[in-house]
Amino acid sequence: MGDSRTSQVENKHKKLGLSDEQVLSMYQDMLLVRKIDERTWILNRAGKIPFVLSCQGQEAAQIGAAYALDKNKDYLCPYYRDAGVVIVFGMTAKDLMLSSFARAEDPNSGGRQMPGHFGGKKYRILSGSSPVTTQVPHAVGLALAGRLEGKDLVTFVSFGEGSSNQGDFHEGANFAGVHKLPVIFFCENNKYAISVPYSKQVACNSIADRALGYGFPGISVDGSDVLEVYKVTKEAADRARRGEGATLIEARCFRYMPHSSDDDDRTYRPEGEVAEEKKQDPIHQFNHYLKEVGVLNEEKEKEILEWVTKEIDEATEYAENAPSPAPEDTLKHIYAE
Amino acid sequence: MTIITYIEAINQAMREEMARDQKVFVLGEDVGLKGGVFKATQGLYEEFGEARVMDTPLAESAIAGVAIGAAAYGLRPIAEMQFADFIMPAVNQIVSEAAKMRYRSNGDWNCPLVIRAPYGGGVHGGLYHSQCVEAMFCNIPGLKVVTPSTPYDAKGLLISAIRDEDPVLFFEHKRCYRFIKGEVPDIEYTVPIGKADVKREGEDITVITYGLTLHFALQAADKLEKDGYSAHILDLRTLYPLDKESIVQAARKTGKVLIVHEDNKEGGVGGEVAGIIAEECLYELDAPVKRLCGPDVPATPYNGVMEKFFMLNPDKVYKAMAELAAF
Repeated sequence: MGDSRTSQVENKHKKLGLSDEQVLSMYQDMLLVRKIDERTWILNRAGKIPFVLSCQGQEAAQIGAAYALDKNKDYLCPYYRDAGVVIVFGMTAKDLMLSSFARAEDPNSGGRQMPGHFGGKKYRILSGSSPVTTQVPHAVGLALAGRLEGKDLVTFVSFGEGSSNQGDFHEGANFAGVHKLPVIFFCENNKYAISVPYSKQVACNSIADRALGYGFPGISVDGSDVLEVYKVTKEAADRARRGEGATLIEARCFRYMPHSSDDDDRTYRPEGEVAEEKKQDPIHQFNHYLKEVGVLNEEKEKEILEWVTKEIDEATEYAENAPSPAPEDTLKHIYAE
Repeated sequence: MTIITYIEAINQAMREEMARDQKVFVLGEDVGLKGGVFKATQGLYEEFGEARVMDTPLAESAIAGVAIGAAAYGLRPIAEMQFADFIMPAVNQIVSEAAKMRYRSNGDWNCPLVIRAPYGGGVHGGLYHSQCVEAMFCNIPGLKVVTPSTPYDAKGLLISAIRDEDPVLFFEHKRCYRFIKGEVPDIEYTVPIGKADVKREGEDITVITYGLTLHFALQAADKLEKDGYSAHILDLRTLYPLDKESIVQAARKTGKVLIVHEDNKEGGVGGEVAGIIAEECLYELDAPVKRLCGPDVPATPYNGVMEKFFMLNPDKVYKAMAELAAF
């Protein structure tokens, strides 16, 4: 039966040079970050962690893009929803849970920053802050440094569509354009900047249109299609490595959850909007594709889900019981010691 | 020893550090081919090439932000703000990013970056080419703020700033650029960040100052000597974090303290210096701590008469010193 079905469906991932193992691992990562996210909301509502920033709905965009990069030489300047990006670069469920519980062992910040403020030198992820879009010029600087050092690295910087209004987006993109630097500007357009919809943020049709002003290509892609996102990001990375400069990618996404655990999106979203968008759930879509091409079956799916659940259970238990930083640690790491 | 100007000292520091360490590079507006609007980077473009002496687009936040990314990577950028007055668009990058990189990453990342900015009045620069903006950066743990007043200190401190593992804001007084000359050793040396320096030994009053006004105080001290009073003069050199020990020591020495700076008084660095003295040695004082500063107006007017009114000078400093000496 499998044979007759697979023959009718185009195998997109092979065309992109991705093996069956790779796409399965992409699927597993998507599911992992979704389930971590779901778990953190439960922990928040149970009063165990103070704050959650969600990636739900954006997993395909994040994981598709990150798989197109080289985690052994490229650098990330992610934004606060990018659990899917950082997990591909090596961060684990345990790391993310340690961050959610603000534990001493949290590799992002040792419990100093809110969750979603990713960073880790060993993962090649530059530490980020809360004022949005400040990471854009940093990515340009990392790319410039790589060039000065004769490296063929690419830097990947992501941000929301609201953030693309910030001066730092413009200043950074323009700088990269002028100096033809190997940067991928990756906008995860989830249609809302907290409560303010796209129509009140931006007057152009697509964030990708903005690239015209910087002299490099701008591409808009369906952010719920992990393979399409992989494809355009891989092209951007190849261009960058060939010395042809930056690319702006807009991944059209949707945010399933409120902005944060402190937000109530019922006050500004039309009723039924989320339910409608969930019909395009990127994980369901990819699951469906993988089954159609015969890479995933019920047994394998169960196996992955079991692994993911176990991973998150263990991570949660570990992080919950992990020690907080010592109070006096507040005074450390202001200057070099 | 060779006698050079303050701006030559800055130029030499950059040149020598760039020759010593491939990781040092310069970026900013007009710093390349033109050699900077004040010529601070003159000759560097020819010597080290376009890649390491980089003319950037006119966008201060990007200059700071790109430098932060490069510094986090491990390079040693020297970013130039053309005038300190134009640093404002870069404040978010300096305060939220550079200054907090080490702390927020629990010591994982750091930002060995120098931001040079010409500041101060007395150059017919009007409101937006004359400001002293240092005080607003002197409340930011993670950042170091340096203001040399002599060629010796300018060179030695800039070399230290370039080698520092943390971000350093390096304010250069524009009036000092060509007005101030001084001896600089022919061999390599550094001046430590975080250490104030006694520029004149004295017994009767203490003047604590930095930048251009140090020179006014030195001139005034010569005049005061003729009145029979000797002034002890401390040059802060680093404004953040302050060298508390040297401040208290200098205050104790004479028991009479005058703090002088061109920046306006309220919220200026002088208030913090006075606070340290009050906390540490109030009962050893023989007079209230006095401050002589720029007036609390938004900035220096362009009109020459008004600028003269705004700016301190050796006479104004002498008057304040003489009053305190006679207290």
